[in-house]
Parts: sequence; C-alpha cells; structure tokens
Amino acid sequence: MAANAPTSTQVSAIPEQGTSLWQDAWIKLRKNRLALYGLAILVLLCLVSLATPWIAPYGYEEQNLGLGATAPSLQHWLGTDIFGRDMLTRIMYGGRVSLAVGFIATAVALVIGVLWGAIAGFTGGRVDALMMRIVDILYALPFMIFIVLLMVIFGRNIFLLFFAIGAVEWLTMARIVRSQVMSLRKQEFVEAAHSLGLSQWTIIRRHIIPNTLGPVIVYTTLTIPSVMLLEAFLSFLGLGIQPPQSSWGLLINYGVETMEEYPWLLIFPGIALSLTLFALNFLGDGLRDALDPRTSKD
Amino acid sequence: MRWFLFTRVTQSLIVLMIMSFVIYALIGLMPGDPIDLMISANPNMTAADAVALRELFGLDLPIYKRYLNWLGTALGGDLGYSRLFGQPVLDVLFPAMKNTVVLMGTAFILSVCIAIPVGTFAASKPRSPIDYGVNLFAFAGISIPSFWLALMLIIIFSVFLGWFPAGGIATEGAPFLEQIKYMVLPVATITIVSIGGHSRYVRSSMLEVLRQDYIRTARAKGADNNRVIWKHALRNAMIPVVTILALDFGFLFSGALITETIYSWPGMGKLIFDSVMGNDFNLALVALLFATALTLTGNLLADICYAWLDPRIVIGGDST
Repeated sequence: MAANAPTSTQVSAIPEQGTSLWQDAWIKLRKNRLALYGLAILVLLCLVSLATPWIAPYGYEEQNLGLGATAPSLQHWLGTDIFGRDMLTRIMYGGRVSLAVGFIATAVALVIGVLWGAIAGFTGGRVDALMMRIVDILYALPFMIFIVLLMVIFGRNIFLLFFAIGAVEWLTMARIVRSQVMSLRKQEFVEAAHSLGLSQWTIIRRHIIPNTLGPVIVYTTLTIPSVMLLEAFLSFLGLGIQPPQSSWGLLINYGVETMEEYPWLLIFPGIALSLTLFALNFLGDGLRDALDPRTSKD
Repeated sequence: MRWFLFTRVTQSLIVLMIMSFVIYALIGLMPGDPIDLMISANPNMTAADAVALRELFGLDLPIYKRYLNWLGTALGGDLGYSRLFGQPVLDVLFPAMKNTVVLMGTAFILSVCIAIPVGTFAASKPRSPIDYGVNLFAFAGISIPSFWLALMLIIIFSVFLGWFPAGGIATEGAPFLEQIKYMVLPVATITIVSIGGHSRYVRSSMLEVLRQDYIRTARAKGADNNRVIWKHALRNAMIPVVTILALDFGFLFSGALITETIYSWPGMGKLIFDSVMGNDFNLALVALLFATALTLTGNLLADICYAWLDPRIVIGGDST
C-alpha cells in the first residue's frame, strides 16, 4: 500500500486528458438540437413566469365587461375571454401555477422515490423484496381513478394535489434508484473502495450518489411533464386548482364552455401546455441520450 | 410454472382483498352518506329518524364491521342497487364494460398494428428522416394532453366540418356505419395518444436487440438486412413490448376516464367518474373494484407473458 502511494499522487498530478461524464453529456446534449430548443423554451418559460407580475400586459384581475370576448388583436395578442380579461395575461399567470405544481409535485415524488429506492437497494434481502413488491403492487392500481376519488373526498386543496400527484409518480423513480444502487454495490470500484477502508458514507457520497445522479436527473425531467399533465387533467375536471387561482388546465376547462363561439379561449392555453410538455420531454430525452455512456458522441 | 402461477394468482387475490377494503374505506369517507341523501330528499325526516335509520342499516358500526357485512352480501352475489341508474349495479356495469372494450380494444389494436411496423422501421434506419418523423410524432403523443386533443378534434371534425358527432354512442341496433361514426373521434384520440408511446417502446427495444451479438452473427452469416430485422430481431424485441402491451390490458377495461368523459362515451371510465361525483356509493365501489381487479389481471398476464416468451427468465426462483 505504502509503495503504491507515490504512484497514485503522480497519476493525479498529470492533467486529466479524458472528459468526465458531465462534460461528455454536455457535448452530446449540445449536438441534440431538439433538446437544446427544449432547454431554451424551458428557461424562457421560467423567466417569464418569474417576471409575470411585472411584464404581464394587463393586471390579473383586470376585467373589461363592456369588451367581452374578442378575437386576438393588437391590443390583446391572444384575445380576451367573456369578461374581457386579457388571455395572454391569464395564460402567463396560469403558467406560473402549472409550472409550480409541476416542480413541487415532482420534488415530492423525487424525495419519496429516491429514499425508497435507496433504502431498498442498500438493505437488500427481504426488506428489499418486500419494498419492491409494494411498488409492483402500487403500479398495478388504476391511479387516475384513485386521485379523482381522493380529491373528491378530501376537498380540492392545492397541498393535497401536490401530495396526491407526488405519491403516484414516485414509483418509477424508486425502481430506477434501487436498480442503480444494486448494480453499483456489486461494481469492482465500490468493492475496491470498501477494501481500502473507506466508510460507508464516503462511498455513498463519492461513488453511489454521483453515479446515480444521471438517471435520476433524466427521470426527474421526464416526471415534470407527466405531473403537469395530471394537474391539467384534474384542473380540467374541476378537481385540481381552484379559482381565483388559475392554471392551464383550468383555462382549458373554461375554454370548453364557449369553444364553439370563441375557440381561441380553448386553443391558446392548450398550445401553451403542449409546448411546455414538448420542451420538457425533448430535454429529458436528450439528457437520457447524453448521460448514457453507451451512446457515441457523434 | 405451476408454482409461479399459483403464487402470483394468490398474491393478486390478496392485493385485491386489501384494495377492496381500502376502496370501501375511501368510499365511506366520501362526503355524505345514503342517510344524508334521504334527509335532503325528505324534509319531514327528523334527526332521530336519521339516527334510527343509521342503526337499522348498520351505518353506525365501525368501518371494518361494515366492510365485513358488505363483503358477506357481495360474495353472496348481491352488489346492491345503483342510485343514479335505479338498476342493480351489475346491470349498469356490464354494458359499460362492453362499450369500453369496444372503444379501447379498437384503439389498442389500431395502435399496436401501426406502432410495431413503424417502430421497427424507425429502428432499422436510425437518424433517417423517417426516424425523426416517428420520434416527433411519438413526442406529440406524449406531450399533447389527451383531453385537449379530444376537444380540438371535436372543434375541427364535428363543429366546423360536421363529419362526426361530438359525443355519445349510437342507439342499440343502429346500422353498422352509424355506430362507426360515433367511434371515430374517441378511437382516434386514444390511438394518437397511445401510438407514440407504443412505437417508442418498439423502437428502443429493437435498437437494443440490434446491438446484440447474435444479430451481428446473423449478419455475418450473410442473412440479408430485412430478414435479420423482421425475423431475428423483431421476435426478441417483442418481449418487452408484449409486457408493456399486457400492462395496457388492464386499461382496456377500466377505460379511458378522460376520453370517455369528454365524448360522453358510456364506458367504465365515465361510469366511475359519474358515480364518484354523483354519490352513487354502490356503483362507485363495485366499478372501482372491477377496474382494480382488471388492472391486476393485466399485470398478472404481463408477468406470465414475459416468463413464457423469454426462456432466460427463471420462473419460481428468487427473481421477483
């Protein structure tokens, strides 16, 4: 061991030639044009959402009953609804809620899924078998229906919404983390670290977490759109976000009532939602390719 | 294999039992109970009457006792009456299930029949314009909310063009063409939404297989490309795909809540939604139970298909 020590310092003294997984990933991601568009759209959406109170063309509660519903025009780019409220403003404010729900509920799913999967993967044996069996069983339940039931029973509360959606979406995350941890534990470099006498926590911090991060990031990116879709659907049914708050799903819900006379009230929130989901899915897919070392850089 | 089947079926049955209790408890938590409904319907009822009635129907018992009572009658074949429809629950449930199977089955078959060749073709020519086209379409299927798509189709094809009805179902015994007319839009919605996912599964599974050594061997021995792809690779690529499809099987019966509600297609999804929203306790309970049972069956089938198709999987071992 002592004889090897100088060699290892020498090795680390030589400037690194290879690229790390993250550099690799960035290089590959930059070549994926769709994923880059996705990223750009997403960043733009987040910025707009943050700045909405300052840049929205009209006030959120500003009505103009005399005006009523008008088609898109120079004053109102996306038209107005039956109360004369500016649709662009409504969509911008709705986007804030939709994105926030997407991020927060995904965070809930992320925490539950990662903890569950990591505990199962590290403990192994019977505990693991039981925990993963539970995941299998939960997978097999018609969840959409249960969420609807939950929202009916416990009222239409936004925190319940986060929890209900997060509680459904953690399953795949748990599976991914668990299989990643399981396979990493058997890898030779982890065994080597063990035999070098590194503590369990150091191994987790230095080897397990960095190597699990890739799939977790990819799956998180892909969870956000499915969470947003779920929220939109629930709000559309009147079981999600409640007025006076607004979300894209809720705007679509309002648009339905007058879709024959004023189709733009239905079309624009839908486009906003679809565009966001497109961007997130493209980005997630690009990240998956980029973080997969098996794909080549060209 | 027999042992494997036995454990899986038992497991599913146990899960179903647990779920039946959970569903029962959840429905019990729904705001209001049948007596509340009676009170609101009959102003002459006093609070004392309500208490007496609750006692009479056993509604004052603890939840597990009520559950056991219900289970006893249910297993005896009495699932109760639907409040909304005024009919025995099963008489409402089975026609709805038939409608759902017709709708979902058609969309499912269409989607699979399109997705398999399309996905295989895309995988055989990666990075070609066709591959990109398939990919884009697949992303659209994942990204466009199905309820919005359904509404757009209604606006275009029934409001503006007037080609198809906006919703509902043809009356019993209507001519075949008339029945088809009502099906076009809902079937199209479900197909468009599911085809993307399906073709992506086929494509990625196919790409995985094409990387394998035996494919290289097949190519090396001089088999031509088409034969390699459609014969050697497709078979192996179908293993994960079949699993996914079997998982979808459960949804064939539990229905598409969204699509059915929007097109007012009288299937399971709409039935469950209406019964939950309309305080139809008996119907909601049984419909939810059926949906759960069928999804569990789908999962069971997926497991069996998987084991049956892939000889590499050891059955009955530790590989849970």
